[in-house]
Amino acid sequence: MNRVNAVVIGAGAAGGIVAKELSTAGLSVVLLERGKWNTANDCRKDDLRNQRTTILGNAFGPDDEGNPRVWVDAAGTAHTVLPSEGSYQNNAMCVGGGTLSYGAQAWRYLPQDFRMRSTYGAPEGSSLEDWPISYDDLEPFYEKAEYEIGISGDYSGTPFHGPRRRDLPMPPLPPNREFEILEPAARRLGLHPFHIPMARNSVPYNGRGPCMRCRWCVGFACEVDAKNGSQNTVIPTALATGNCTLHINAMVTEILTDRGRARGVVWIDEHGHRQEQLSDVVVVSACAIESARLLLNSKSRLFPNGLGNRYDQVGRHLQGHHYTGAVGYFDFDTYDDIGPGASIAISDYNHGTPGLCGGGMLANEFIRLPIHMLDRLPDGTPRWGLQHKQAMRTWHRRSIVIMGPTQQIPTATGRVTVDPAVKDQWGLPVARFEGNVHPHTFEIGEVQAQRAAAWLREAGAISTSIGAWKPTLVSAGQHQAGTCRMGDDPCGSVVNKNCQIHDIDNLYVIDGSVHVTNGGFNPVLTIMANAYRASDALVRNWKGTQFRS
Amino acid sequence: MVTRREFMAASAMAGAAFAVGCTRGRRKQWEFLSEAEGRTLTAICDQIIPADDYPSASQAGVLTYIDRQLVRHFRRFQDDYRKGLHEANQLSRKQCGLDLAAASPPQQLAIVTALSQQNTKFFELMRTHTLQGYYGAPRHGGNRDAVSWRMLGLDEPPLLGRAQYDLTAGKRS
Repeated sequence: MNRVNAVVIGAGAAGGIVAKELSTAGLSVVLLERGKWNTANDCRKDDLRNQRTTILGNAFGPDDEGNPRVWVDAAGTAHTVLPSEGSYQNNAMCVGGGTLSYGAQAWRYLPQDFRMRSTYGAPEGSSLEDWPISYDDLEPFYEKAEYEIGISGDYSGTPFHGPRRRDLPMPPLPPNREFEILEPAARRLGLHPFHIPMARNSVPYNGRGPCMRCRWCVGFACEVDAKNGSQNTVIPTALATGNCTLHINAMVTEILTDRGRARGVVWIDEHGHRQEQLSDVVVVSACAIESARLLLNSKSRLFPNGLGNRYDQVGRHLQGHHYTGAVGYFDFDTYDDIGPGASIAISDYNHGTPGLCGGGMLANEFIRLPIHMLDRLPDGTPRWGLQHKQAMRTWHRRSIVIMGPTQQIPTATGRVTVDPAVKDQWGLPVARFEGNVHPHTFEIGEVQAQRAAAWLREAGAISTSIGAWKPTLVSAGQHQAGTCRMGDDPCGSVVNKNCQIHDIDNLYVIDGSVHVTNGGFNPVLTIMANAYRASDALVRNWKGTQFRS
Repeated sequence: MVTRREFMAASAMAGAAFAVGCTRGRRKQWEFLSEAEGRTLTAICDQIIPADDYPSASQAGVLTYIDRQLVRHFRRFQDDYRKGLHEANQLSRKQCGLDLAAASPPQQLAIVTALSQQNTKFFELMRTHTLQGYYGAPRHGGNRDAVSWRMLGLDEPPLLGRAQYDLTAGKRS
């Protein structure tokens, strides 16, 4: 097979952008994706089998057959888990990755989110750290992501955001009933509510129409293709350049090295045949867990512990978000059956609470399907029988959920390794999770849940129930981040600020793995902005088949 | 020469004959459950979601959902069901001397309540599956005719695109 300039592993949020940026700059690119190319036709509207409710499996990969993972509980017992189980920490594996079926909240992190250690100091036992880049370094690329991917929303209601040069390209969708109930209540509490920024067309944009506001939103592929992910924006652009080849059903098993530099990758095609792709540069964009696993599985004589792992850093600081919140029950209808449902947020509580290292934004939840309501009934409701059925009838249309992603305080021991015994369908050691995030995270989450309940009570809720818990496992899932930390110190991080592995200059990790901390917001726009930034640096330093020193 | 009318009539007859063949029990009713297990599970599911103005679990097809998935995505629970349903019947015989399916509704409620306390793990499994079948997508055999969604006041089929023609927007005189 012909040698190319760059191989990009994973066609998700970051991989799609890297492929587009490199191919439009004139580099030849091979983009490898282990999943399928789904389209709007694959929406299916299946309440039991989608990417959020995985009772009958993941709609957009991976399948339950042949893709196990292992998690180790606090007592040290290892459990093998399937992709449709919660502790698998799944993110969709398909062209577009999570962006095909996500809820599409597209947040910028706040300037403080890049300086967590200097703002708060590191709590005992945590590995809280500053990013080697600042909000200002990322700002132009946030803007580029907002315009190229297509974001709707309105930040004008809140003073809690970093400086921005341009407004979002699209106005927000018209408010739904929950917005109208929650907005005046937040103002009465002295908070600053505003429209959530969303990677969703509110008006025709980029050649596709606007959202039709249906019920099957988060977890589903958009039936009218109004949700913007890499699969309907940057990847088609990359392919249109003629410089980019996309292989689907292509599982990368190993990164090849030669004399200390990356030489290409080995991948298995859909027929099970082994293929080799040689390249000048290798970019790993497989999402935090699988990127770490690939680096750890790529062992050779010069790299006996895996690539980038000379100082045992790959896989550490695994984090996602700690979701807590509250359900409010009302004596009037709150449900208007208009998607995407999530519409209003506050970021007053992301920073600045004395005694707490951070916080998170709070927003109303995406539109609920009946299946989501089963265990969200008021405290004390019987869990089955006639009363449960009646409670479903009473409360499905009369409740509001407010939740938020509390920023997790990472630890060095909350990590991904590869399992010594369990193998996947290709015979590769699978990802194994150990440890947890810092317990202070759960204290913050508890406070956030109380704040959500207070907002609901102000909005007229006759009762509320608090959803706060202490998971025994890192809740990485779709928001997974942190396993290949970005930093200036080669002994304490995996990649430098340009996302290059410290001791291999032509091997890059560009995805959520490099996040030092994960903000109190959904991470996708930051993953995208950083992918634009890192590709920009890569292209600028590119000189034929090597880099300017 | 067969006229169109004759052809239609003949096909209708063939169809009817086929349908009769099905209901006469030549084919097994369930893919995984035995007839007796089906009756026991019906009794339990109908206590988890009883009938009121709206159908009970079994009336909405929840057993079809569970049975179908037991040979598909829930294969790993086959033994739990086989053993759990047997134990439920044993419990019933001990308490009222009858199979669960033959007991009276108040007796069934008492037995299912006892089951939920004694065999929590299996009961939770059945409870979860029953609720999924009843409130989940009709394509999997439960929630027949989207009955639970109608019960909650959701349009089915949903009316799409109406938000772009919001007739309530603006000032009303």
